[in-house]
Amino acid sequence: MTMAGVEAFITGAGQSEVGIRLSRHPLLLTVDAIREAVRDAGLTLDQIDGVFTYPGKMDTPPGFSPVSSIDVIETLGIKARWHYGGGEQPAQLSAIAAAAMAVRSGVCRHAICFRTVYEAAALSRPAEFPQPRGGEVGGALQWLLPFGALSAACWTAIPAARHVQRFGMTREHLAAIAINASRNALLNPQASAITREELTLDRYMAARLIATPFGLYDCDRFTDGSTAFIVSAGDALDEISATPIRIAAMSGSVERYSWDQAEWPAAYAAGPELWQHTDYRTGDVDLVQLYDGFSFLPITWLEGLGFCAKGEGHYFVEGGQRIARDGELPMNTAGGQLGAGRLHGFGFVHESVIQLRGRAGARQVGGKPRLAVATSGGGPMAAALLLARD
Amino acid sequence: MSMTRPRPRLDDLTRPFWTGGAKGLLLIQHCPSCDGWTHPPLPLCRHCGREDHGFAAVPGTGTVDSFTVNHQPWLPGMEVPFIIARVAIDGAPGVYLTTNIVGCEEADLAAGDRVRVTFEEQGDIHFPLFEKAK
Ligand SMILES: [Zn+2]
Repeated sequence: MTMAGVEAFITGAGQSEVGIRLSRHPLLLTVDAIREAVRDAGLTLDQIDGVFTYPGKMDTPPGFSPVSSIDVIETLGIKARWHYGGGEQPAQLSAIAAAAMAVRSGVCRHAICFRTVYEAAALSRPAEFPQPRGGEVGGALQWLLPFGALSAACWTAIPAARHVQRFGMTREHLAAIAINASRNALLNPQASAITREELTLDRYMAARLIATPFGLYDCDRFTDGSTAFIVSAGDALDEISATPIRIAAMSGSVERYSWDQAEWPAAYAAGPELWQHTDYRTGDVDLVQLYDGFSFLPITWLEGLGFCAKGEGHYFVEGGQRIARDGELPMNTAGGQLGAGRLHGFGFVHESVIQLRGRAGARQVGGKPRLAVATSGGGPMAAALLLARD
Repeated sequence: MSMTRPRPRLDDLTRPFWTGGAKGLLLIQHCPSCDGWTHPPLPLCRHCGREDHGFAAVPGTGTVDSFTVNHQPWLPGMEVPFIIARVAIDGAPGVYLTTNIVGCEEADLAAGDRVRVTFEEQGDIHFPLFEKAK
C-alpha cells in the first residue's frame, strides 16, 4: 500500500554527549543534539517550523523530562507553526509520529523532535532536583504502589514471570538479550560511560535480583543525554543534503490502558497494526531496534510484531545468534538501553537512521540494510516506526 | 513489606473498594443492568454506559495469574523479599488486582494457585491482600 500524498522523512539525527551524572545543563545538551540534527540535515534553524517532544517538561520524577518544546522555541528562536509535548501519547516515539502527521498534513515543513533525559545527574544533585514528598496516591498508581509495586520493574516483571510460568522462558533467555546489548554497546562510543566490559552469563546470574525474573542487568540505567531528529515533508526534500529515511509506517495502538487489567502489553496491539499501513512484511526487515528498558520487552515486541508466535519470543533470542550483528535479525545494534543507557526510546530511532545510512562504523551490519523497525514502550504504552531507505 | 503502605487518595469512586474490608467485604463496581464489572471504578459502567451502578461484594477468592518476588527495597525500611501478584477475581470476570500474597514462601506459590483475600488495616484503608486458600 502506498500512502497517498506527502510522506514524512527523518532527514537529520543528532545526539549530545551521553553519560552518567553530566554537569552540562540539560537545555544545553538539548541544544547540542538539535544543532547536530539540523546540521546533519543540511538545514539552518530558520528553516525549522515545528518542535515536538515526549512527554513534555515534568518536575517529577527528577530529571525525567527537564526540557520543554517551549524552552527550545525560546532558546533557539524557532518560528514554530506547531509545537507539542505531552505524555498522553502512545509511548516515547509518538513524538516523532506526531511530527510526521504535522509534515504530512502540511502544517510543518521541517520539525524538530527531541527527548532529553537527566535522571542520573538529578539524583546526584537533590538540592537542585528535589524528590517529591510522599503523599496520597491518586489515579492509576493507587492500584500498584500500595502493594510495594513501586517501579515499572515490578509491573513488567508480572507479564515476564507469566512467560516463565506459561511458556518456559528462563533467565538464560533474558541474559541473551542483555549480553547482546553489552557486546554492541562496546562498539558504540556514545555508550562508553554505561558499558565498560562485556557482560558474561556468570556475571549476569551473580547479580542481585530486582524483581523475579529480573536481576540488575535486566534493567536499564538512568542516563543523561539528549537525542534529536528533524522530520521533514516529502515535498521539502530538495532542501535536504543528507540521506532521507522514510517513515514507511507507524502505529501506537492500545486496547486497554492499564498495567494490570490488560491481558497483554500494548506491543501486542501496536505490532500487528504497523503492518496494516505498509506492503512490507517482517521478512523484509533488515534490523530491529526494540525497546529494552527491561530485557523482557524486546520479547514482547518480537512476538507482537510477528517475527515469531506469541509465547515463542524467548526461543527466538535463545543463544543470541539470531539477534547478533551478523545474525538473521540484528537487534539493538548500538547497545539498546541496557547497554547504552536510558535515552528513553529515541536512541532506537537514532541507531536505525545511522545503520540505514551505512554510517555505524565498527558496529555497521552488513548487506546495506534498507528497512528497520524501531519501537518504544512497555505495559500499556507502545509505539512502533517502520523506517526505510529508498 | 512491613512498612507504611502508600495511601490511596479516597474519593466517592474509590472509597468503597478501599474501605470495604472494614466489613470484611471485597467490593467491586457492579452494574445491575448488564451484570458487568468495572475496575478501576468509573462514573459509569464501562460495558453498557449505565450511570446508576453500585458496588457488590465478590466472594473474596481468586486465582494467581502471575507473580513476581520483589527483592529490591524501593524505599527506606522496606523489608524484602515479598510477593507481588496479579490475581483474577472470582465472580468478577475480567477484573484483576495487583496485590501481595502473604503468609507464603516463594517456593510454595505457583501460577494457578487458589487464594483468598485478607485485609490489612491502615487507618480507614483496608488493603486487600491474599493468602493461599486452604
Ligand atoms: Zn452495565
